[in-house]
Amino acid sequence: MKITCKDVANVALLSRLEFSQSELETFTGQMDAILQYAEVLNKVNVENVEPMAHVLPLKNVMRVDEAKPSLPRELALSNAPEQEDGYFKVPKIMEG
Amino acid sequence: MDYEIVIGLEVHTELKTHSKIFCGCSTKFGSEQNTNVCPVCLGLPGVLPVINEKVVEFAVRVGVALNCEILPFSKFDRKNYYYPDLPKNFQTSQYDLPIAVNGYLDIVVNGVTKRIGVTRVHMEEDAGKLIHSGATITSSDSALVDYNRTGVPLLEIVSEPDMSSAEEARAYLEKIKAILEYLDVSDCKMEEGSLRCDANISLRPRGTTKLGTKAEMKNLNSFRSVQRGIEYETSRQEEILEEGGRIIQETRTWDESKGISLSMRNKEQLNDYRFLPEPDLVPIIVDPARVEEIRASLPELPDARKKRLMEDYGLSEYDANLITASKAMADYLDLGVQCNADAKTVANWLMGEVSKHLNNEGISILACPVSPKQLAQLLTLIEKGTISNKIAKAVFEDMWTSRKDAEVIVKEKGLVQISDSSEIIAIVDAVIAANPQSVADFNAGKEKAIGFLVGQTMKQSKGRANPDMVNSLLRERMQNK
Amino acid sequence: MELFKYTAHQLHEKLVSKEVSAVELTKAVLARVDAVEKDVQAYITQTRDSALTQAEAVDAKIKHGQAIHILAGVPGALKDNLCTQGITTTCGSQILAEFIPPYNATVVEKLMAVDTVIIGKANMDEFAMGGSTENSGFFPTHNPWDLRAVPGGSSGGSAAAVAAGQAIWALGSDTGGSIRQPAAYCGLVGMKPTYGRVSRYGLVAYASSLDQIGPITRDVTDCAHVLNIICGHDAKDSTSINTIVPDYTKSLLNNVKGLKIGLPREYFVAGMDPEVERAINKAIEQLVALGAEYKEISMPHTEYALSAYYMLAPAEASSNLARYDGVSFGRRVEGSDIIDMYKKTRSAYLGAEVKRRIMLGTYALSAGYHDEYYLKALKVRTLVKQDFDKAFENVDVIITPTAPTTAFKIGEKTNDPLAMYLQDVCTIPVNLAGVPAVSIPCGFAGGMPIGLQIIAKPLGEEILIRTAYTFEQNNDYHKGFATLREGK
Repeated sequence: MKITCKDVANVALLSRLEFSQSELETFTGQMDAILQYAEVLNKVNVENVEPMAHVLPLKNVMRVDEAKPSLPRELALSNAPEQEDGYFKVPKIMEG
Repeated sequence: MDYEIVIGLEVHTELKTHSKIFCGCSTKFGSEQNTNVCPVCLGLPGVLPVINEKVVEFAVRVGVALNCEILPFSKFDRKNYYYPDLPKNFQTSQYDLPIAVNGYLDIVVNGVTKRIGVTRVHMEEDAGKLIHSGATITSSDSALVDYNRTGVPLLEIVSEPDMSSAEEARAYLEKIKAILEYLDVSDCKMEEGSLRCDANISLRPRGTTKLGTKAEMKNLNSFRSVQRGIEYETSRQEEILEEGGRIIQETRTWDESKGISLSMRNKEQLNDYRFLPEPDLVPIIVDPARVEEIRASLPELPDARKKRLMEDYGLSEYDANLITASKAMADYLDLGVQCNADAKTVANWLMGEVSKHLNNEGISILACPVSPKQLAQLLTLIEKGTISNKIAKAVFEDMWTSRKDAEVIVKEKGLVQISDSSEIIAIVDAVIAANPQSVADFNAGKEKAIGFLVGQTMKQSKGRANPDMVNSLLRERMQNK
Repeated sequence: MELFKYTAHQLHEKLVSKEVSAVELTKAVLARVDAVEKDVQAYITQTRDSALTQAEAVDAKIKHGQAIHILAGVPGALKDNLCTQGITTTCGSQILAEFIPPYNATVVEKLMAVDTVIIGKANMDEFAMGGSTENSGFFPTHNPWDLRAVPGGSSGGSAAAVAAGQAIWALGSDTGGSIRQPAAYCGLVGMKPTYGRVSRYGLVAYASSLDQIGPITRDVTDCAHVLNIICGHDAKDSTSINTIVPDYTKSLLNNVKGLKIGLPREYFVAGMDPEVERAINKAIEQLVALGAEYKEISMPHTEYALSAYYMLAPAEASSNLARYDGVSFGRRVEGSDIIDMYKKTRSAYLGAEVKRRIMLGTYALSAGYHDEYYLKALKVRTLVKQDFDKAFENVDVIITPTAPTTAFKIGEKTNDPLAMYLQDVCTIPVNLAGVPAVSIPCGFAGGMPIGLQIIAKPLGEEILIRTAYTFEQNNDYHKGFATLREGK
């Protein structure tokens, strides 16, 4: 086993997802299979190989510091599930 | 057990650019909620960031001013965590290749200069503002979110854990603030949140080198809070260790009104930040020639200015340190000197009367109703002997409230000092005649008796007689009695 | 022949010569939608009213003798992960079922600027994660060549719409093969341009360093025209290439003399349908007969590409999809506190495959595993790219099958995510390397289309078009039309 139900439960917490026990078990089995398949990555020699986060050799792409018009507030809030007085409203936040 | 305090500070400063770090929304403070937002800083599906070149320039300026090495290759990374003030639930920041590393600055505490290391300076975006429905986070049912502040550019400056007292921490913070002000990259208003400070504090037995478990302190919203918060935390940790307990690595929030710190839920567990290189931004390559260009274009920084004030104006290190802590204060001094006042005198008045009045009203030197030119004029009057120091203080009070020039006030109130010896002799003789006992005491050898006589003379002259002349003329006239 | 069976360039001629009006054309396509959409299910949202308004505007221009662009008045479909201002954009997900973007994707702006007509937003695998469109949060799309089969994915709706005549052209997106594979399964031309060639601003991100937008069309000529419109630098996208876009229609040449083709042995995998292999070989022979030459090459890191992709793409996705939390847009399930709300919202409205990839990605990035999985995958990516760089030192194009099989049946692979992933083995390496590739039809197996993939070096779209055009013009596959049958 590359990954256990407990590992998956921890990952679920980090991802803000919740599962029933049976869903957790199914997911664990599937993720395990995928990670087993990914074992093949251990066969390749990556010594002295640089990681590639960007395929393009672009650099220093920047813009001029100029203020531009913002969205009208109604549009900014137009998809809000809940709003109040021009704010987005959310349930209470437990920790600071 | 004798403990050594180990303090590291993380300072965040909002940069005063016109637009946000990744989009063109305005960074203006105090706008109506959610009016400075766009799809990019709202993190709507499909949007992409584009970096503001001014942010990079400011970051390099700060790095150079803090004696850092500017990394030739620097990149952005995502710091992933969930919080409603973070629209994308990740913050675009810099992780392993920040723009500047390995710098330092010098602080002076109790006359001792100490070098504090700066580990790194990096760029990142600010989050939004939360308003809780109740008085505190824990008593609230809901919260309101304003995203105006998301995407405002921040610089994070991390110090080495080189400070060993609350005073040192405060001095470090004051120095950082001064440098940022001198560079004109931030307006450094702690009360508006454009300068924020978190402290990492741990204790270790004196003489040992292994670092103790640290606690992170947040919500230190003023210089005073920084000092008080560190002092409180030091005692708290000391008490625990003395009782044989262990310090828990945690984040604590400072409550200024109660003067205590409270534990926030242990964040380490819930947040593994899972850093990954920001795929939507390409690396920043800073050309060494450009770094030198920026270095050459830096304005005079606090330490250099302090040195100049000491060398050119003869100020003491203590005075120079105090004055240069605020760029505005140092500018005031320079302007005063330009108006032909004596530097040391201006400095003394700045640290004395001016500061006293500023503090009483809770305003900064920038709002001082007496301009450097006006102060210089007042000091010239003292220097010329037109008024005495004591009268000058009264005139200053008047200048503060009425905004009038010193000369005008002196004229209007008839405060010109009497320096005509015949005029003074007349008053002195009258006082001597009226106080034979004191005269006799003085002539018998009681030096102190002259004080009373001087006082009487000053009173008679309504404070206008030149005090030095009064003293010498009294002595002269009493000799013959 | 029915209007909806023509290509865009053919229809343009008809519009300009006033043989047909844009409104008539649009109505014909809409009528086709009415006839077959119940079987194909290509669209999540249809924008019928605005389509007619757009068509009317084009007719007005024609009436006044104004020149019109080749795509003007020609109805197309947009994959539903392209933000369209004022029009619901769902990404195939329940969590965005009511999301209306307040802005247009850059490619959408460009299309609006040439007066095209949009019939609707096409169905897709949720958040572009999948190879069959069965992961759509709404309904599966059916392959017009056999309604019991999948159209491929994740741009299945776009491909099905074009194949069924419900759109003349479409835009899809490709992260691991999501344009090319559905194009192959539906007998169409599908191109993934060089990474950075087309602006990603407004494309809802799945894996940012791999995603690209591209055309799905009936023939190579239409593909070239669409490319001309959508390619180009965008100041809003920091990863967009800043070089001039050539006129791709100048590469519509029937000539492959001297073209050097590389055939990487690692792509002809075990488990490949023998008929697919046969069709590919026949295609190569034909190209050789037309003057090309081929050599067998080796791309030794191909076998690692799939695993690297399934670490990298989910890792980026786990970060990109964190914003779907019910706070400021999208649907919400109320909770006792914010964390509870996050969990309930995401769990209720995100589908199983999306959850699986989010968790895989989170795991790959988490402390303790970051180096083993994520960092390792980034290094393998470098090796895969180097394989391509080395290959292109000796060949002009690389040819492979687009997929190891033809379209499978709906439901056939849904219980085995890994088996689904293995379908991407020929397309994924292209995304890792950021190079351009096109899939064109090259035959049939059991009545189902087979796709041929041509790959070129970065910014090699011109040679792709020339090679694809040559093959196309020497065959008839682009002239066929899906029959919407129910079985063999």
